Amino acid sequence: MNRHLLSIGDVTVEDIVRILDTAESFREVGTRVIKKVPALRGRTVVNLFYENSTRTRISFELAAKRLSADVINFSATGSSIAKGESLKDTALTLQAMGADAIVIRHSSAGAPYTLTKWVKGRVLNAGDGTHEHPTQALLDLYTIRERLGRFESLRVAIIGDVLHSRVARSLAFALVKVGADVTIAGPPTLIPPDAPAWGVQVSYDVDEVLPKLDVCYLLRVQRERQRQQYFPSVREYARLFGLTRDRVEMLPEGALIMHPGPMNRGVEIDSDVADLPQAVMEEQVTNGIAVRMSLLYLMLGGMGSEVGGDD
Amino acid sequence: MTERTLFRGGRVVDPASAHDAVTDVLVEDGVIVGVGDSASGGRARVIDCDGLVLAPGLVDIHAHLREPGREDKETVESGSRAAAAGGYTAVVAMANTDPVADSAAVIEEVRSLAARAGICDVFPVGAITKGLGGEEMAAIGEMAEIGVRMFSDDGRCVPTSRLLRNVFEYSKAFDVVIAEHCEDATLADGAQMHEGYHSYTLGLVGAPAEAEEIIVFRDLSLARLTGGRLHLQHLSASGSLELVRQAKATGLRVTAEATPHHLAFADEDLVTYDTNFKINPPLRTPEDREALRAAVADGTVDVIGTDHAPHSVEEKEAEFDQSPFGTIGFETALAAILTNLVEPGTISLARAVETMSTTPARILAAADHGGPIEPGRPAHIVVFDPSAEWRVEPPFVSKSRNSAFLGKTLRGKVLHTMYGGDLVVVDGKPQR
Amino acid sequence: MMGAVRLLDAAEIRRAVTRIAHEILERNKGAQGLVLVGIAARGDDLARRLAREIKRIEGAVLPVGVLDITFYRDDIGMRAEAPEVHETRIDFDVNAQTVVLVDDVLFSGRTIRAAMDALVDFGRPAAIQLAVLVDRGHRELPIRADFVGKNAPTRKDEDVRVALEEVDGEDAVFVEEPGRGVDRP
Repeated sequence: MNRHLLSIGDVTVEDIVRILDTAESFREVGTRVIKKVPALRGRTVVNLFYENSTRTRISFELAAKRLSADVINFSATGSSIAKGESLKDTALTLQAMGADAIVIRHSSAGAPYTLTKWVKGRVLNAGDGTHEHPTQALLDLYTIRERLGRFESLRVAIIGDVLHSRVARSLAFALVKVGADVTIAGPPTLIPPDAPAWGVQVSYDVDEVLPKLDVCYLLRVQRERQRQQYFPSVREYARLFGLTRDRVEMLPEGALIMHPGPMNRGVEIDSDVADLPQAVMEEQVTNGIAVRMSLLYLMLGGMGSEVGGDD
Repeated sequence: MTERTLFRGGRVVDPASAHDAVTDVLVEDGVIVGVGDSASGGRARVIDCDGLVLAPGLVDIHAHLREPGREDKETVESGSRAAAAGGYTAVVAMANTDPVADSAAVIEEVRSLAARAGICDVFPVGAITKGLGGEEMAAIGEMAEIGVRMFSDDGRCVPTSRLLRNVFEYSKAFDVVIAEHCEDATLADGAQMHEGYHSYTLGLVGAPAEAEEIIVFRDLSLARLTGGRLHLQHLSASGSLELVRQAKATGLRVTAEATPHHLAFADEDLVTYDTNFKINPPLRTPEDREALRAAVADGTVDVIGTDHAPHSVEEKEAEFDQSPFGTIGFETALAAILTNLVEPGTISLARAVETMSTTPARILAAADHGGPIEPGRPAHIVVFDPSAEWRVEPPFVSKSRNSAFLGKTLRGKVLHTMYGGDLVVVDGKPQR
Repeated sequence: MMGAVRLLDAAEIRRAVTRIAHEILERNKGAQGLVLVGIAARGDDLARRLAREIKRIEGAVLPVGVLDITFYRDDIGMRAEAPEVHETRIDFDVNAQTVVLVDDVLFSGRTIRAAMDALVDFGRPAAIQLAVLVDRGHRELPIRADFVGKNAPTRKDEDVRVALEEVDGEDAVFVEEPGRGVDRP
C-alpha cells in the first residue's frame, strides 16, 4: 500500500480487497466483549480536525483506541489553530510529539498533500474541501460488498450535489476502479461537465435512473447552494431529485439506499424513506470503524511505519 | 580614465539592426563605440564571448517589485538585482503596491529607489483607476506628464465597459498604452486554477477560459471603437489568441503578451497541489500552451513578460486555497524561453530576443533599450550561454523563492549583464 | 522438492489425531466442559478433526472455534508489510470452560503466547491446554504442549511444513532445507 492515503488513486484494486478483507476481522473484534486488540500498542495516532466533524472523528478515535494505539485529538476550535497557527507549525509540533499517523480533515482541498511535506508519519485524508474522502468510499464499498456480495457490473447511482462533494468523487473513483457501473445524477449545475472522463454516465433525470439500480447513493444538498443559485429552490430540488416515497417504489427489490450523513431529511431524502430497512446508513457507520481499523492496521503494522524507527 | 570593455567573439543577435553574426562589441563610458571592425584600438577589459550570445539588455514589460508596501517579499533594489541576474536592463513595476501607484508621488518614489540602487532601469506603471478600485480614473494625465508610458490595473481588469471606453478616449491625449489583465470577475470568482477535468478531479474551484476571452473581446472592441492603444497582458487561452489574430488582421493596433510559465506548464501540473503553480491567469490545458507557443512564433504574441510575482515563504506554504497567486520569473525567463521555444525549433533565437528586448522596449517607448547595438547607443547588454544546463533551486537573487520552475533543469544561462556601461552581473554573479 | 524429508505421512497423521483425541478425553476424564479452539491456519482444521474423533469415540459434540492471533503477535511493525489476517470465530462462551488450543507446529512458543492473550480477552477459561501435531523444539518462551502428535528434533534454520487435505489437498508433514518457504515460529 502507498505510504499515505490521500485519495482513492492511492489504492489499487488489490489494496481495496485487502483493506475490505482485513476489515472483516475487525468487524468481528467489534462483536467481542473486549473490543480491543493490542496490534498498534505504543503507536500514536493524531486526529487533526480543522473542520468540525464529530462522527468521523469519533469513528477514527474508536478505531485507533480499539487497536490499543494512543490517540490525540486536535480540533480547530479553542486551540492554537484557532489562534492562527499555520498548518506547517501545527504539523511540526505533531511531528515533534512523534505522531505515527495523522488523520486530517480540512476545508482546503490539497491540505493533506501539503501536510505530507512536513511530517514523517503516515497521513490519512479524512476529507479535504471538495476533493476526496477516501475512507468514506472504502466503508461504503465494504457495506455494498457485505450486503450484495459483488462489485462487478453493479449498478450504482450517486445522486445530488456531485460538484461540491468529496464523498462523490472518492466513491465514483473507487466504484469505477472495482468494476461497477456508475451513474451520477442531479441538476446540471451540480454535475461537473467533465464527469464522463471519470468513467461514469451522467443523467439529469432521476426517475429514468432509479428502476435500474442496485445501489442508490444520496448526497447531502446544502441549502446554501440555493443561495448561490445552483437551483431555484430547495422545494424544487426535493421534488425533482429527492428520494421521495414514490421514488422508492421505483427502485428494484433488494436495492440499497445509502447516504454518507448527515442527512437533510426532506431535501435529498424523505424522512420516512430514511428509516426503511433497505436504507443502510447505520451499517455504514458501524462498518466505518472496522474499515478505519483496517486502514490504520495496514498502514502502521508494517516496518518503517514507526516514526522513531529507521526509514 | 575612460572605462572600456571589449566583448570579444560573441554571436551578436540584434533584431533592431537585423544583425546576427559573430562579432566584437566595444563599450566606452557607458556607450557602445564600436561594433565589428570598429571595435578595436586601445586598452580595454576583455570579456571573452566565444560560444556565447550577446544581445541588447532584456526588457521586462510585466513585473511586480512590491515596494512600497511589501518590502518583505521584494524591494525595488532586490528586484532590480534579480532582474539583472536574469539579463534584464529594464523592467516595469506594476502599480498594485501599497500605496497604489495612482499619482505622481508614488511613481517618483519608485523611480528614486531604482536610481539609488542603480542596477537597472525601472519604469513604474501607473494605475488606471484610483486605488485600483475600478470606479474612478487615476491621475493619468499627471502621471503621463512625468513620463509614465503604461497604465494598468493589473490584478484585475477595468470592470465596466463604460469606464474603459472613457479611459481609452482620454488616454489618446497622451502617448500611452493601456495594459489590461483580462479576467471576468464573476466567472472567475473564487477560482484557484483553470476550470476543466483537473479542477473537477482535484476539487478546486476553476475559472473557464471564457473568463479571459470575454474580456479580451470586450477590450478589443473598445480599442477599435476609440482608437486607444491596448496591450493585452499574460494571455493564457487559445480563444484569446484567436481573437487577437483576427483583430490584428483587420489592422487594429494591439499588442499581446505571454509569460514564460504559461509557455512551459499546464493545468495537469497542479495534481500535487504545489502552490508554485497557483497563478493568475491560471495555467490552462496543454492545447492552450501549444496555441500560445505557436502564437509567439507567428507574431500574434508580441512580447514575453515575466509577471514576476514574489510572495513570502509562509504565504506560499499555506493551504492551496489560502495561498496567493504568482511565481517569480526574472532569473528563469530567458532560460525558460530558450528551453521551451528556441531549442525545439518553435522560434529562432532572434525572435526570442525580439520578444524579450526589442519589442517590449518599443511598446514602452524606452528609447535607450532594446537595441540596436550600434555606435552611439547606451550600453545595455546581456551576454548568455545558450546551452549551459542548470537546475533551478534556491538561493535566488530575488528575496522570494516561489518559482514555478523550482527543481526543473533549464538550458541557457546569463553570464554578464551590462547596464549603462557598468557590469552589474559578471559570470552569473551580481556585482551590486 | 529439493532437500525435503517426509516426517509424517497421511496414515501417521490420522493415527496421531486419534491418539491425541483419546489423550484429551483421558486427561479431562471425559468431554464435559471442553471446547476446542484451533489456531488459524491449519490449527482449526486439526481442531475440527479432533472434534470428529471425539464424537466418534465418546459421542460428545464439542464446540470448535477458530482463532487468528495476528493482532496479538509480538512482531507487528518488524516486517515490511502488516501481517495478513485470517478469520476468528468463537461463538461460544469460554468462561469456566477448559479450552484446548490446537495448532499444527509448536516452535518458539510465541504463537501460543499470543493465542493465550487473545483467548483471555474472550473470557476466563477454567484451564487452557495445548495440543499440537508436531513439536519441533527451540522454545523461546516457557510454553509446553500437553498433547503432541510427534516430537521432531529439527535444526532451527530448517522449515517444517504441514500439508492438510482440507487446505493443501494432501496430508503430510515435511522438514525442508533452509530457505524453502516460511515457517510460522
